[in-house]
Amino acid sequence: MPRITLREAISQALWEEMERDPKVFILGEEVGVWGGTYAVTKGFYDHFGEKRVKDTPIAEAVIVGAAIGAAMAGQRPVAELMTINFAFSAMDHIVNEAAKLHYMFGGQFRLPLVIRAVGGGGRQLGATHSQTPDAVFAHFPGLKVVSPGTPADAKGLLKSAIRSDDPVLFIEHATMYQVRGEVPEGDYTIPIGQSKIQRAGRDVTVVAYSKGLEIALKAADALAKDGVEAEVVDLRTLRPLDMQPVVESFKKTNRAVVVEEGWKSYGVGAEVVARLYEEAFDYVDAPIQRVAQKEVPLPYNRTLEQMALPQVDDVIRAVKEVL
Amino acid sequence: MAETVTMPKLGFDMAEGTLIRWVIGEGEAVKRGAVLAEIETDKATVEVESAYEGILARHLVPQGSVVPVNTPIAIIAQPGEPLEGIGEPAKTAGRGEEVQPAREEDKVQPASAALPNVFTPPAAIKASPLARRIAAEKGIPLQGMSGSGPGGRIVKRDVEAFAAQQSPAVSPPPPAVSPQPPAGGGQPLNRLRAAIGRRMVEAKQSVPHFYVTHDYDVAALLDLRQQINAWLPENEKLSLNDFIVKAVALTLEQFPNLNASLQGEQIVTHTAINVGVAVAVEGGLLTVVCREANRKSLRQIAAEVKSLASRARQGKVRPEDIEGSTFSISNLGMYAVEHFIAIINPPEAAILAVGSARQTPVVSNDAIVPGWRMKATLSVDHRISDGAEAARFLQVLGDYLETPLKMLA
Repeated sequence: MPRITLREAISQALWEEMERDPKVFILGEEVGVWGGTYAVTKGFYDHFGEKRVKDTPIAEAVIVGAAIGAAMAGQRPVAELMTINFAFSAMDHIVNEAAKLHYMFGGQFRLPLVIRAVGGGGRQLGATHSQTPDAVFAHFPGLKVVSPGTPADAKGLLKSAIRSDDPVLFIEHATMYQVRGEVPEGDYTIPIGQSKIQRAGRDVTVVAYSKGLEIALKAADALAKDGVEAEVVDLRTLRPLDMQPVVESFKKTNRAVVVEEGWKSYGVGAEVVARLYEEAFDYVDAPIQRVAQKEVPLPYNRTLEQMALPQVDDVIRAVKEVL
Repeated sequence: MAETVTMPKLGFDMAEGTLIRWVIGEGEAVKRGAVLAEIETDKATVEVESAYEGILARHLVPQGSVVPVNTPIAIIAQPGEPLEGIGEPAKTAGRGEEVQPAREEDKVQPASAALPNVFTPPAAIKASPLARRIAAEKGIPLQGMSGSGPGGRIVKRDVEAFAAQQSPAVSPPPPAVSPQPPAGGGQPLNRLRAAIGRRMVEAKQSVPHFYVTHDYDVAALLDLRQQINAWLPENEKLSLNDFIVKAVALTLEQFPNLNASLQGEQIVTHTAINVGVAVAVEGGLLTVVCREANRKSLRQIAAEVKSLASRARQGKVRPEDIEGSTFSISNLGMYAVEHFIAIINPPEAAILAVGSARQTPVVSNDAIVPGWRMKATLSVDHRISDGAEAARFLQVLGDYLETPLKMLA
């Protein structure tokens, strides 16, 4: 199986889906002639042409609004937001229209829409361009929120998102485009809404997704040297959230740490921990720990930025706390 | 809104109760405080009173069923509230139903001076939900188990280690030959017998007992009793045991360490002195509680113990009659017993076993003369106290028993 980057995996998914279905088209800032801010759509403009790879004005409300209209009219738009921080400019379209139109019009419309957005910190882009607001979007029923942690999952999940008749927010982490992993060749999909055990273990359950998965797996490798076998569960989809593998793992280990890059308050970890207490209270052997971003707007300074973001050592410390 | 009545928990070791009889039928009106049902616990038959006013909409369990504590047993609807559709057990447990010994006044002392003086509510045992569940399944008490988790929390491995350590010791060796069928036929243990057995096994296996015996000169005490009883009406006369209850309570004022319980790694001393008195009842015995006996007069103690004992013998005790003792007395004096030793009633620190007052030759002024003597043996939890303290306790008790006017001062 070829080892390719997350960027190449996403690029392959888009390319293959556009080849497969003429209704699929891309719109966003610099996606066409320039080939994408993160070079995901390099070569698409020349191959598919300006009608299917549309450069837009710098106006996120326009990008998402136009994509919603196209989806209601039967197209399968893939809108790219240069960063998820700009999604706030399109918030009304995303949460009040994309998430609700199917319901508010009695099911007359489907919205086969994908919004690809680049999230996460760690690239010294300052407080307003480095956020991980995944939980904010996962809060809204009507929207599917997907955030892969490996290249193979990215390709398979993006294909499912494009084929889904519901609006999907597909969050890619800004520091993971160069991450390599084995990716099956050709066409395959991974269902939205299925968590996955990425590393088996018996002593503690570490729940993570996206960048948090990378951190969790590194922590698990370090812990294994001390004889602690962590089981790492990758959520992959935040809504609908698949707790079954998490609960099953927890019933085995009785201890858990949840890793996320977003802030701890009201976050993904809060949701996972609450569900564990609801669904597996009698299996709790230690208070469940959360590892998350410090509760500050992310600093620009590199040292401070890294101090504020969750690190491998934080996960190791949290695991030792629950053992 | 309809309210849910749950099976009350009438003691720290009560896990279930049998609903013997519904007193109020479905559809009948209920007043606050009215007796809804009779339940039988390990220890007694108790009446469940309603904390709500309204109409008894549904019985959720039939008569005769064994019901775990906190399980909904009935729904009480507001007058006028439609009864249709009511009957699914509500999710919320009934409020005001739980009867628990008042322990707010208890204070906590560290077991040794080196331990930080942290206040921990004595009822709270720090254990993970998983540890609690496993302990409940295995029937292992968490009291006294030491926890290896953060802050001394009892976690799964502690319970499992405890169970592994216990099981070989507890399981009796199989009999070499099959036992002969009993001549009179077998008889199942009644609930009280079973409860006594369980608690005594627990006490004898987990509490390291030691015993100190003292012989008291009770001539003056018998004299005083005779004088007082001479002017008391027949039904108010004082028993020797009433004096002993009072003397023990006054002595305990000076020995807070023996009016205490071991909880985990802490000795919890109780500020209230509640003296338990063992009463023989049909099929077993119950310990009725004379609260704050150190503050009561002999006549009050006599009247109270008499009515508690009478309720106990009739099987009509109320939960508060038998819960919350901090020190117990077992007196077999009326059976011409010279001396015996008692098993501690957990979680108490000690118990006093009292024999008969008997006439015996004693040495007085180098001559053998007739005298009155009574032996008493103190059983003490060695984790809490030592022989010297137990001996001093018996000595101070002697001050009261041998100079009984001190009790009246």
